[in-house]
Amino acid sequence: MKVQIWNTKKVRNRTILSFVVFFVMMGLAYCFWKWLYAQPEEGGALKPLRKILIQNEKIFKPLVSQEHLVKTYPLQKAEKKVRVNGWDGLETPLDANWKLKVVRKTGDTIFITLDDIKKLPKTDIVFDFKCVEGWNQITHWGGVKFSDFAKYYELDNEIQMEYVGMITPDKGYYVGIDMPSAIHPQTILCYEMNGKVLPLNQGYPLRLIIPVKYGVKHIKRIGSIFFSNTKPPDFWAEEGYDYFLGL
Amino acid sequence: MENKKVIHKHSLAIRWLHWINFPLLAVMIWSGLLIYYANRVYKLDIGFTTLTFFPEWFYDAVGMRRRLAEGMSLHFAFMWLFTINGVIYFLYLIFSKEYKLLFPHRHALKEAWLVLLHDLHIKKGLPPQKKYNAAQRIAYTGAIILGFFMIITGLAIYKPAQLNWLCSACGGYEAARIEHFIITILFALFCLIHIIQVILAGWKNFSSMITGFETKKIESNDHESTNLEHEKSKE
Repeated sequence: MKVQIWNTKKVRNRTILSFVVFFVMMGLAYCFWKWLYAQPEEGGALKPLRKILIQNEKIFKPLVSQEHLVKTYPLQKAEKKVRVNGWDGLETPLDANWKLKVVRKTGDTIFITLDDIKKLPKTDIVFDFKCVEGWNQITHWGGVKFSDFAKYYELDNEIQMEYVGMITPDKGYYVGIDMPSAIHPQTILCYEMNGKVLPLNQGYPLRLIIPVKYGVKHIKRIGSIFFSNTKPPDFWAEEGYDYFLGL
Repeated sequence: MENKKVIHKHSLAIRWLHWINFPLLAVMIWSGLLIYYANRVYKLDIGFTTLTFFPEWFYDAVGMRRRLAEGMSLHFAFMWLFTINGVIYFLYLIFSKEYKLLFPHRHALKEAWLVLLHDLHIKKGLPPQKKYNAAQRIAYTGAIILGFFMIITGLAIYKPAQLNWLCSACGGYEAARIEHFIITILFALFCLIHIIQVILAGWKNFSSMITGFETKKIESNDHESTNLEHEKSKE
């Protein structure tokens, strides 16, 4: 450690200067915090924080790759009692004549029955389902890959767009998903859980399973699917959560 | 005019990085708790009692119920500042050679034990030291290591799919989350002990983290240049 001889005046002046700078900076930090919380909200999040969440998305989105697969597990690892979390969009009775509505880029709509979907090649996945709350559960799901589904129904132009939107029949729940995540090989339109028909509280007749996202994006009871180059509305992103929520 | 002997302890960079880290760490722990509340499942069984993280009154006392979205947005914004500040601090230690004063030396463990005995008033006298004693070296280096693993486990929880390998290296998602939590507890303990020690060490020591120097009365032999040189060589 360097040692010098200073006169007391210099010692005093330096000490005062340092403490003034210290308290000014701490004061500024406090003001910054107050300023942050005085900012308007954007989608339920403080505007500056929302901007950073969007920047984070830009930083981490390039990581999303068809080659990066979520870890899968052997069948026997799958939980039998699958946790149910959230009833939004399921509170109205299900229409017995449910059909999946797909809105094409052109505006045309197609209606697809569950039986038609079941005719497509089936994919099973056992993966660690992760909730934004912090819990996780290894669960087993079956259905058709979204990319296979898009291919079969000739949605090639649609999957060139930036986002997919999905809404429950009663419009009580809705998600927006970036296309790279939607066409990820582990993303499925799911109609089976643990090898059996999807239970009502798990989104019968058709739900999304998208392992590269937190659970809130795995919308239950899909009513319609549409495509967009702008962000489709998203239930939880309106409540202050990140829109991307990629894992 | 009277003169004083001025011992320069902390460089400007160290002081700024230290005091920037203080509020950042506070925000990270606070927002981390807001996130943890949403799935507050950790318990520690010690013999016949169970330590719950945390008792319910704690959440009421600090008013942190049901603020998950807020906690996440804060955590994922301030994580950048916390990480950048930490990385700059580490690089500074390396390139300024300050690490030589901070990383544990060869006899650190044995000396740290002696420091501990001394601090607990069991034994008198301390081993000779430079800027920091062996216990400090271990504690401060430990804090840097904690910071490193904080970032690693944090990334593993943040992107467990895309950074699958990192998550596996941490022992899986659940393990990484527990590790991240334990590191937070250790960080909090570090801060607690650090603050107690700073209080015990007294005003001059605390003030040197703001001004950078400590002053001492000049003893008669200090005027001899040889002695000053001797002090310098201690650096």
